[in-house]
Amino acid sequence: MGRPHVRRYFGRKLLIYGLTFVVAVTVNWMIPRFMPGDPVASMLARARVSQPAAVEAMRTYYTNLFGFDQPIWQQYLNFWGALFQGDFGISIWVFPTPVADVILAAVPYTLALMIPSVLLSYWVGNRFGAFAARRKLLDNTVLPVGYILTATPYMWLAVILAWGLGVVAGWFPVAGGYSFSLQPSWSWEFFLDLLHHWILPFLSLFLVALGGWAIGMRNMIIYELESDYSNYLSALGAPSRLIRRYAYRNAILPQITGLALQLGVLVAGALVTEIVFSYPGLGSLILKAIQNQDFFLLQGTFMFIVIGVLVANFLIDIVYVLIDPRTRTGMAGAQA
Amino acid sequence: MTTTTTLPTEERVVRREALYFAVRNTKLMIGFGIVLFLLLVGIFGPILANVEDPNEYVAAAMLPPSSEHWFGTTTFGQDVFTQFVYGLRTTFVAGALGGGIAAVIAMVIGFVAGYRGGWVDEILNMLTNVVLVIPTLAVLLIINAYLGIRSVGVQALFIGLTSWPWAARSIRAQTFSLRNREFVDLARLSGMTTRKIITREIAPNMSSYLFMTFILLFGGSILIASSLDFIGLGPTEGVSLGLMLQNSTQWSALQLGLWWWFVPPGAGITAVVGALYVANVGLDEVFNPKLRET
Amino acid sequence: MSLRVNDLRVHYRTLKGEVKALDGVSFTMADGEILGLAGESGCGKTTLGKSLIRMDGRMRHAGGTVELDGRNLPVGDDRAMNAFRFHEVSLIPQYSMSAMNPTRRIGKMIGELLRSRGVTLDTAELHHRIDLVGLPREVLSRYPIELSGGMKQRMVMVISTLLDPSLLIADEITSALDVSTQKAVVKAMLGFRDNGFVKSMIFITHDLALTSNLADTVMIMYAGKLAEKAPADKVVKAPRHPYTQLLINSLPEIGVRYDQRKLAGIPGSPPSLLNPPKGCRFRDRCPIAGGECAEEPPVAEIEPDHFVACWKA
Repeated sequence: MGRPHVRRYFGRKLLIYGLTFVVAVTVNWMIPRFMPGDPVASMLARARVSQPAAVEAMRTYYTNLFGFDQPIWQQYLNFWGALFQGDFGISIWVFPTPVADVILAAVPYTLALMIPSVLLSYWVGNRFGAFAARRKLLDNTVLPVGYILTATPYMWLAVILAWGLGVVAGWFPVAGGYSFSLQPSWSWEFFLDLLHHWILPFLSLFLVALGGWAIGMRNMIIYELESDYSNYLSALGAPSRLIRRYAYRNAILPQITGLALQLGVLVAGALVTEIVFSYPGLGSLILKAIQNQDFFLLQGTFMFIVIGVLVANFLIDIVYVLIDPRTRTGMAGAQA
Repeated sequence: MTTTTTLPTEERVVRREALYFAVRNTKLMIGFGIVLFLLLVGIFGPILANVEDPNEYVAAAMLPPSSEHWFGTTTFGQDVFTQFVYGLRTTFVAGALGGGIAAVIAMVIGFVAGYRGGWVDEILNMLTNVVLVIPTLAVLLIINAYLGIRSVGVQALFIGLTSWPWAARSIRAQTFSLRNREFVDLARLSGMTTRKIITREIAPNMSSYLFMTFILLFGGSILIASSLDFIGLGPTEGVSLGLMLQNSTQWSALQLGLWWWFVPPGAGITAVVGALYVANVGLDEVFNPKLRET
Repeated sequence: MSLRVNDLRVHYRTLKGEVKALDGVSFTMADGEILGLAGESGCGKTTLGKSLIRMDGRMRHAGGTVELDGRNLPVGDDRAMNAFRFHEVSLIPQYSMSAMNPTRRIGKMIGELLRSRGVTLDTAELHHRIDLVGLPREVLSRYPIELSGGMKQRMVMVISTLLDPSLLIADEITSALDVSTQKAVVKAMLGFRDNGFVKSMIFITHDLALTSNLADTVMIMYAGKLAEKAPADKVVKAPRHPYTQLLINSLPEIGVRYDQRKLAGIPGSPPSLLNPPKGCRFRDRCPIAGGECAEEPPVAEIEPDHFVACWKA
C-alpha cells in the first residue's frame, strides 16, 4: 500500500534536483560569457605573470573549449558534453593538472570535516534542545548560548579556537591537514597526525552548527508540547516522559527538512573554516583558485559542491520517508 | 466602502496589546538595544573618527589597545577602532540592502504564488525550490570572482538575489491561509484588484510576520557578506568587518598574537546578528500569545 | 452520589487581572447520570469541564471542593490529580480530530499509553469496544491520518473510556460533525453508559436540542454561575429561569446550533468576568428584571431536582 505516493514524492524531488542541476550548469556556463570583458584575454593576461610557460597551451585550450567561432547553442552543448566526460578543464594554479583531479584530491578532506561535524552537531543539538525546552533553568542558558553560537560567523569561531587552543595553549596545530614533515602513508603515526590537525576545524564547525539545531529543536518541542495530542495525553495522565518522547519524534521531522535547508550554509561554513586552518579541502582550493584567477578550478569546485549538495538532499529525502509514516500513506506530511 | 482607512477597534486593541508586551519583553528590548547601539556606532563613529581612509597607516605597527588606539593597530599601523566603526557601517549597509532586496523578492513571489495558486504557484514554487537547493555561497563565489571591481551594493544585490527562497516559501504558506478569509473575499467581491488586495488586505494582516522575516534575512545577509569578504571577494574599496577578519588572518595576526585585530570584527558581527535573532524571538513572543511565558 | 461539586471557583490569570470564569458553582450528579452542560461561549462550561480533569497553565483553583465517589478530587493539584486521570475521570476532548499522535500507529499508541499508566492492555476488550462503536479492527494498525473524522472521534471515545472511568467529560464532541454522525456519536455514548464503561458523564455542548435527547439532566450556565439545572424534559418544556426560557424560545429547528445565530432573541452580551457586577448577572439582558435583582439570587430547589438561580422563578 502507498507505493505510488512514494514514487510520486521521489519523482517530484528528482525533477527539482534535475532542474537545479541544469540551472547550476547553465549559470556556470553563462557567467564567464556574459560578464563584462573577454574572459580568455583577461585570464591569459593574468596567467602570463604567474605561468609564462603555460600561456600558449592555455590559449589553444581555451579557444577550443569556449569555441567562440561556433554558434552560442553549440557552445552550450559542448559545455554539457565536456561535463559528462568529466572534463572540467585544466587548472592554472597547478598547471597542467586536470581540474577534476585537483578537486578529487581535496574532496576527502572536506567530507572528513563535514560529515562528522554535521551529523554530530545535529544529533547533540537536537537532544540538547529537546531536553532544555520547558525547563526554566536550562532553557535560560541554552537559548542565549545557542543564539550566540548560531550568530557567530564560522570563520571567527575558527580563528578564536585556533588562537586560543592552537597558538596560545599550543595543544593543536593551526594549519594544514597534516604535518609538513610527514608523507601521507597508511601508518598510525600519520593517522594520529591527521586527527590532530582535524580536531580544531571539526570542533569549530560542530560548535557553530550545534547552536542552530538546539534552538530549532527547542522551539519545535515547545510547539509540539502545546499540540492537541500532548494535551490529550496529559489529560489522560500520561507521564511527561511519554509526551516528550512523542513530541521529540514529531519535532524531528521538521528538523530533517531543516537539515536539507541548512546544507548550503553548512557547506559555506566548512569552506571558510578550511581557509582559516589552511585545511587542504575544497575551501582552501577555492581560495587558491581566487588568488590565482584560476577560473576553471573555481567553476569545477562549484559543480562539485552543487552535485554534493544535491546528493545530500536526496539522501535526506530518503531518510524523511523512512521516518515519517505520512509520506508513505500518501497524506500530505512532507512539503517539498 | 473602504475597509482600510480606519482600523477596527479590535485590531487597534491587538496593536496596543502588542506594544504593551513589546516594551516588557526583555529579549526584544535587549536585542534591539544592542542593534541600535551598534547602529549608532556605525553611523556616528565614522563621522567622529573623521579620517579620509580607514585603511590609512596612522601609527606604529602592532600596538596593543591603549587610550590612544582603543583597539590597537594592525601590522601596518592602521587603527583597528577606526576600521571597526567603518566596517560596522558597511556591515549594516550589506545587511539592510541584501536583506531588503531578498525580502522584496520573497514577498512578490510568496504573495503571488500564495494568492494566485494554480499553475502560477506551481511554477513559482518550482523556481523557489530550485534556488533553495543551490548552495548560495558557491554561486556568489563564482559571480563575485568574475566581477573585477566589487562594491558593497553589488555584493548586497547578489546576496539578495540568492537568499530569498525560504522566506518566499513561508510567505506563500501564510498568504495561502489568508486568501480564503472573509475580509479577503469581501475585498474581492468589492472589485479590488489583485495587487490592492495583496498590499492592502493580505500584507497588513501579516505585517508582524513580514517584519520578522526581514530581520532574519538581514542577519543572514550579514553572515553571507562577511563570508564572501573573508574568502577575498569582498568590496575592492573600503573596509568591512569581514575584510578585517580576512586581513588579520592573511597577515598572520594569529601567529603574531594580535588578538585585538581579529576579535573586534568577529565580535561585532556576532553581536549584531545575535541581537537580531534574540530580538526576533522577543517579537515572536509579543505577536504569538501562545509563546508568552505564563 | 457520584459527583459532588461544592462552590467551585476557578480563575484565569490574565494581564488585566483574574477572570472569574467559574464563580462558585455547586451541583451533584447521581450514578449513571448524563448531565448536559449548556450556555453561551464564555459562560464557564468549558472551564468547568477542564477543572474536573486538568487545568491549563493559566487557570487557578480559587476555592471550592469536588468529591468523586466519596473521595476528594484534588482539582487544584496537578500532580495529585494524575492518579485520578484516565482511571477515575476521563475526557473526550473538543479536538478529537487531532488528539492522537500523528506518527504512531493507533494500536501502538494505546499500548504505550496504557503501559505508562501501569495497566496491561486487554486486547480482547479493546477489540470488543472497537466492534461496539462500529470500527474495523484494522484501525489499530493505521495512523490517525488514515481515518475519517467520524472514525477518529469514535476511536478517541474508545481510548478515553478504556479504563472504565467513573466520570467522563465530553467537551463539544459533536460540534465538528454532521447531523448523522452526531446521532451515531450520541448513540455510542448512551451505549457506553449502558454497558457500564462509564458511570456518569458530563456532556458539554452548544447544542441544546441535541443535549435534551441525550442527557438525563440539563444544566444551564451563565457568566460563570449556574442558572438552572433540571431534568432534561423540564428544561425544555417548563424552564423557569428567564435566560433558559429565552434560549429555548430562540432555539431554531433541531440540529442547527444557536451559536451561529448569535442568539437573535437575547440582545446584549454577558458581563465581563474580570469585575463581575453585583447582583444577578443576567439583569441587564433580562426582560423581567426588577429591583430585587440587585441582590444576587441564590440557587434554590423550587421542586425536587429543579434548581434555579432567579428571584422571579
